[in-house]
Amino acid sequence: MTATAYPTRWKRPPQIVKDRRWRIVLQIGIVVYLILAIGTVEVNWTRVYDGLERGQRFVMGFLQPDFTSRWTDIRQGLIESLTMTLTSTVVGVAISVPIGIGAARNLAPPWIYYICRSIIAVSRALQEVIIAIFLVAMFGFGPFAGFLTLSFATIGFIAKLLADDIEEINEGQAEAIRATGASWLQLVNYAVQPQVIPRLIGLSLYRLDINFRESAVIGIVGAGGIGATLNTAIDRYEYDSAGAVLLIVIGIVMVAEYGSSYLRKFLQ
Amino acid sequence: MLRLDGLSKTYTTGDAALSDVSLTVPKGQIMGLIGPSGAGKSTLIRCINRLVEPTAGKVLLGDVDLVTLGKGELRRQRRRVGMIFQEYALVERLTVMENVLSGRLGYVPFWRSFLRRYSGADIQRAYQLLDRVGLMDKADNRADALSGGQRQRVGIARALAQDPELLLVDEPTASLDPKTSRQIMRLLTEICSERNLPAIVNIHDVPLAQQFMQRIVGLRSGRVVFDGPPSELTETALTTIYGEEDWNAMRQGDEEQAEAEADAKTRLEALAR
Amino acid sequence: MTEITHYSQVWAHRTPRARLFMWLGWVALVALFVFCWHLMTENTIWVFVLDAPRQAADIGGRTMPPEWGYLPELMKPLWDTINIATLGTIGGVIMAVPVAFIAARNTTPSATILRPIALFIIVASRSINSLIWALLLVAMIGPGLLAGIVAIALRSIGFVGKLLYEAIEETDARQIEAIEATGARGAQVLSYGIVPQIMPAFWGITVFRWDINIRESTILGLVGAGGIGLKLNASLNTLAWSQVTVILLLILGTVIVSEWVSARMRHALI
Repeated sequence: MTATAYPTRWKRPPQIVKDRRWRIVLQIGIVVYLILAIGTVEVNWTRVYDGLERGQRFVMGFLQPDFTSRWTDIRQGLIESLTMTLTSTVVGVAISVPIGIGAARNLAPPWIYYICRSIIAVSRALQEVIIAIFLVAMFGFGPFAGFLTLSFATIGFIAKLLADDIEEINEGQAEAIRATGASWLQLVNYAVQPQVIPRLIGLSLYRLDINFRESAVIGIVGAGGIGATLNTAIDRYEYDSAGAVLLIVIGIVMVAEYGSSYLRKFLQ
Repeated sequence: MLRLDGLSKTYTTGDAALSDVSLTVPKGQIMGLIGPSGAGKSTLIRCINRLVEPTAGKVLLGDVDLVTLGKGELRRQRRRVGMIFQEYALVERLTVMENVLSGRLGYVPFWRSFLRRYSGADIQRAYQLLDRVGLMDKADNRADALSGGQRQRVGIARALAQDPELLLVDEPTASLDPKTSRQIMRLLTEICSERNLPAIVNIHDVPLAQQFMQRIVGLRSGRVVFDGPPSELTETALTTIYGEEDWNAMRQGDEEQAEAEADAKTRLEALAR
Repeated sequence: MTEITHYSQVWAHRTPRARLFMWLGWVALVALFVFCWHLMTENTIWVFVLDAPRQAADIGGRTMPPEWGYLPELMKPLWDTINIATLGTIGGVIMAVPVAFIAARNTTPSATILRPIALFIIVASRSINSLIWALLLVAMIGPGLLAGIVAIALRSIGFVGKLLYEAIEETDARQIEAIEATGARGAQVLSYGIVPQIMPAFWGITVFRWDINIRESTILGLVGAGGIGLKLNASLNTLAWSQVTVILLLILGTVIVSEWVSARMRHALI
């Protein structure tokens, strides 16, 4: 056969949407959506232009942060954030353990299962900031409301993952323990605990990290911590102080990430 | 023609993978490279197209010394050397056709390859090669949908799409069953003789090497310890290449395999009756 | 019966040393907790805390019944919220892709200078919540959708960049080597050797982040960055709790729908 008998054209066959008409509909749909969506964005360009100068000041503040002039505020915010992070993680995890066990289908009777799963669902569906708004309204401004917010959010996170872990444990080991005539508590202690504890420790450390980051946010709505300091600094257009706060947050998150990976290795 | 002159490679850890290898591979010759694992077979063929940087020596492809080339020129020279890999190394998520066309990457500008707008001649050639390796109807399949033997055929077509002057073949049959291995080896030898292409084939299977290679080079601890036609590959020669124990163990393994195959064959025949 | 009395009757799960460490660890944790609790509650006014159940009952009473008549007014802000999330995701992904390629060990053009910068961008973006980005941007470029979009985009860089660069580092080196061996240029090696391998991860990450961004964009309005959060803020400021209920239920519904959509899309794309 000579080479000329072979086709000279080849087109890559479509991989995802195989039908040509659907593909066209989809492409037009995406373009129309983008046009509509971008159309809703009203930009006041003079305002943005003014903003650029402020943006530049912020970048400068970030590069030359001012730790000193607001140091007492920063220190207070930092102490509140760190203490709130630790206490809320401890309390949250402590409450999560029974709820997580209750939300595991293989350990809990159905009615307990549904109660615990709904607690988890509520905690996960509501954002920290929204919870914080309500708790601040109830308990007043300050880190106590923040502590409650983060504890509540921790429950949704840890209990869900813990329950999923327990549901995935090796049934064979649980069977073996049950076969010895062990009580329910002994079952949890011997069959479940050894399998999920390492994960629980890892998750708690991860949540500690998340709680610190969140503590910087909920301060904006009045729940204390470094977020409140940051909010004040930005309101006063003190970008160098704001830059200092942000750098501290970034630094602590980085330390926490390295620290927790080191601690996890150490504990195993 | 390929000429290696005093080729050496010492890894940064201080291990000498190759020391002073000199070889000449004339046009059309299929050369098998055998040796125990860790002897430097893989390093040797990777030093030729500089996927591994040699520490000393020359790699002369025609008149060009590949070792001294700068980045851009090396890229252009790599087009002349087709490579076939142990585990196919196809881009799994691309179609068979794209995999074959990727052999043309060194010849086309970026925008053409990015938009998959290859010239008519390139596409014709790709189809022709797919037809040659017997995969004409698989052009639009994704590579990960093919069997091992089919993937290795695509690998061969990709290497040939480069229009190479030399083929480097790294353990082409290591992940294939014995029957497919022989088919692939046959295809390779046929293609090399059709195109008068020289090839260096890394191969761990000594009987397969003896069956298909025109010349065999034995490598041990990075040195050439045997160089000759398969007929000269005697027991003593194999012992120098593999060492006493390894060679005996390998032979034993082969015998066991042969026995098992014979056993399976008789059983099947008994069933067929 | 076999004589067993000469075996030890004492058996311990852990070595004494390990037990000591464990106890010390627990004691340290408890001490730290008490210390932190003390510091944290120094300025807490306990009268307010004790008053909380009454406050809760009061607010709870006001939130019911929801004022459904408020719902039509919320449709435009909801549309804005979705646009903030979608456009922000697109912007974030566009910026994250080059950052990821620079941060991945196997594709970085310069391991000593550019890679640490890319890693810092990723950490900085991940450490700072989108609400804080929004706070900053509203202060800079004024309230509105644009601030929200940019905030979401900036927050997405770190998330997408981190997951994407991990995916790039996990690509199969043999496929890349094979493309290099054909004499392909750097850009061609990227587009043939690496991009096809990371495509599923790319789409999965993008859709996942979009889902998260829908959640986050619902509250950006609290600091003035547009969307349904603006309405939430207004209702909170006027103590219109029955409107707040409607908004929260709408946010909840949106989040559930977006979770469903993203699960379907991930399923279809991968």
